[in-house]
Amino acid sequence: MVGILEDKDRIFTNLYGLHDWGLEGAKQRGAWNGVNLMLKQTPEWICDQVKNSGLRGRGGAGFGAGLKWTFMPKQESERPHYLVVNADESEPGTCKDREILRSDPHLLIEGCLIASYAIRAHTCYIYIRGEYVHERERLEAAIAQAYAAKLIGKDNIFGWPFDLHVTHGGGAYICGDETALMESLEGKKGQPRLKPPFPAGAGIYGCPTTINNVETISTVGAILRRGADWFASFGRPNNTGTKLMAISGHVVRPCVVEEVMSIPLRQLLDDHCGGVRGGWGNLKAIIPGGSSTPMITAEMAESALMDFDSLKDMRSGLGTAAVIVMDKDADLVRAIARLSYFYKHESCGQCTPCREGTGWMWRVMERMVTGEAEMTEIDMLLDVASQVEGHTICGLGDAAAWPIQGLFRHFRHEVEDRITQYRVRRPHVMGATLVAAE
Amino acid sequence: MSVRRLSPEQPASFAFSKENLKKAEWWMSRFPAGRQQSAVIPLLWLVQKQEGWVCEPAIRAVAEMLGMAQIRVYEVATFYTMFMLAPVGTHALIQVCGTTPCALRGAGELMALCEKKIGPRDHRSKDGKFYWQEVECLGACSNAPMAAINDYYHEDLTVEALDKLIDAFGAGKGPAPGSAIGRQASAPEGGPTTLSDKALFDGSAAKPLKKLPNTPVKGAAKAPAA
Repeated sequence: MVGILEDKDRIFTNLYGLHDWGLEGAKQRGAWNGVNLMLKQTPEWICDQVKNSGLRGRGGAGFGAGLKWTFMPKQESERPHYLVVNADESEPGTCKDREILRSDPHLLIEGCLIASYAIRAHTCYIYIRGEYVHERERLEAAIAQAYAAKLIGKDNIFGWPFDLHVTHGGGAYICGDETALMESLEGKKGQPRLKPPFPAGAGIYGCPTTINNVETISTVGAILRRGADWFASFGRPNNTGTKLMAISGHVVRPCVVEEVMSIPLRQLLDDHCGGVRGGWGNLKAIIPGGSSTPMITAEMAESALMDFDSLKDMRSGLGTAAVIVMDKDADLVRAIARLSYFYKHESCGQCTPCREGTGWMWRVMERMVTGEAEMTEIDMLLDVASQVEGHTICGLGDAAAWPIQGLFRHFRHEVEDRITQYRVRRPHVMGATLVAAE
Repeated sequence: MSVRRLSPEQPASFAFSKENLKKAEWWMSRFPAGRQQSAVIPLLWLVQKQEGWVCEPAIRAVAEMLGMAQIRVYEVATFYTMFMLAPVGTHALIQVCGTTPCALRGAGELMALCEKKIGPRDHRSKDGKFYWQEVECLGACSNAPMAAINDYYHEDLTVEALDKLIDAFGAGKGPAPGSAIGRQASAPEGGPTTLSDKALFDGSAAKPLKKLPNTPVKGAAKAPAA
């Protein structure tokens, strides 16, 4: 057997699209089974089950899904409730929701119905990133199938009137933030809103809204079918369940795979990806949870578990479990500088620390790559990073600061070496570096 | 932030084709009454699919359809980087992902090839057939490096593979998207190592459940009326 999770316990059984993605195929694999029983229970029962399963949001922040649902008003008022599914998967390294959208869309549709019932919503929007054109077409086709089979719709067989719509973005990473997503869904620039009010109080169109990640919603059906304790039996306490993990970068065979939470990082790479390119000894650093989580070193990766707590203890994070592996051939400084460029490009421009800070950090990082920066600029960069962090409306400022902080936490000496090397045999005047005129 | 401006050269007018007008109305019907502004991104996308890019008259037309101020549509068109604000190549719009996961696996060489074969980035090629640009993470990192060509993903690219793709698009063919090395979606190269249990697919999972685990005793709970 490869890895820890057994095939019989997998939720995403068509992860690689080897089987029929359509309604018939999905039903054959167990989707929609028991949904009639679930919708006979109370919404509270569903929330309790999801809480008991320990399911934490799969979009990066890891907030308890069942708990989030209980924040919604208990009674419907003249303001309708909405469920919004965040399919704006844009965090560098993350490519897991895409597999659900194109290969197992009915798990998502089923989850949308169940979750909407649990939060007393009759309308759900799936906001998919604009670049996922194929995935959107697939999802729209699957929704049409579900409508035709009366599984969803105003007069569906379950007796809970429910409309499901797909809408899409236009290529802005920031729209993965829940409040920016709501702005975008309302037809505006994706600039995050201040909280409070929280979405459960006033979300899209000023109505109570719950926003969940694709993977979170897609696992709900399986949790209710097989029991909260089944789901909670995987992983360590507080980090339960199974999780799609996407591995990219310098491994022999990059892939997306469903595994148990708390699987040792090294086992994940060795079992599923054929190990690090050139062997474990060739490993330099790993970004364990998508671009915004700080990197960890090879020594730390030895003992790291793929869960929220273990990686938090290493001052990193699980994020979306998107593992980016870098071996000794990788230029770490360049890799992080490229991420800085990414954040500079994707900053929405609303908050000054982020708008100006991301560009400034990127420009300094580029000079660190070549080594032409001043030694004192390292501390200045870290100072600026810490001033961007936590001083913005959304998390993009933090996300831009963390990779840089992670780099200098573990590999500061390499940048210093680079700066020193750059100056060797170059004349200096008043601290400025001059290229010798030959 | 990325600074984006409309092209200085603009057509005199814009109108949706009949078919696209229908699609636009369908999109507008997706949202609650009075909230038609929500359809602005899909509508601008329809414009781009029809014209190849988003021109200024189209921004006015969309604003009128949705009852929005023109400046608000202009804001959206310039904020979202998928909207091309200048004419693109007639045969292929090549968007090479250049973010770290792809960069680690050779996106730089792909871009060097584009530069050599097509010309400078963010410009049309001399023959007008191509337009290439570097874009941020497209979310196919396990299949890096990759490029989106005319919206569809071509993955696991090598310089040779992209070279062939560009030639094929230039010849007016539309090569099928997907992995250039024949990988099954994001399964490990050489085929999936998991999901081989036949019992998952023999229909045993479809046998109707009689009772859900952890459900309260019969009759104790009733669903609220819809």
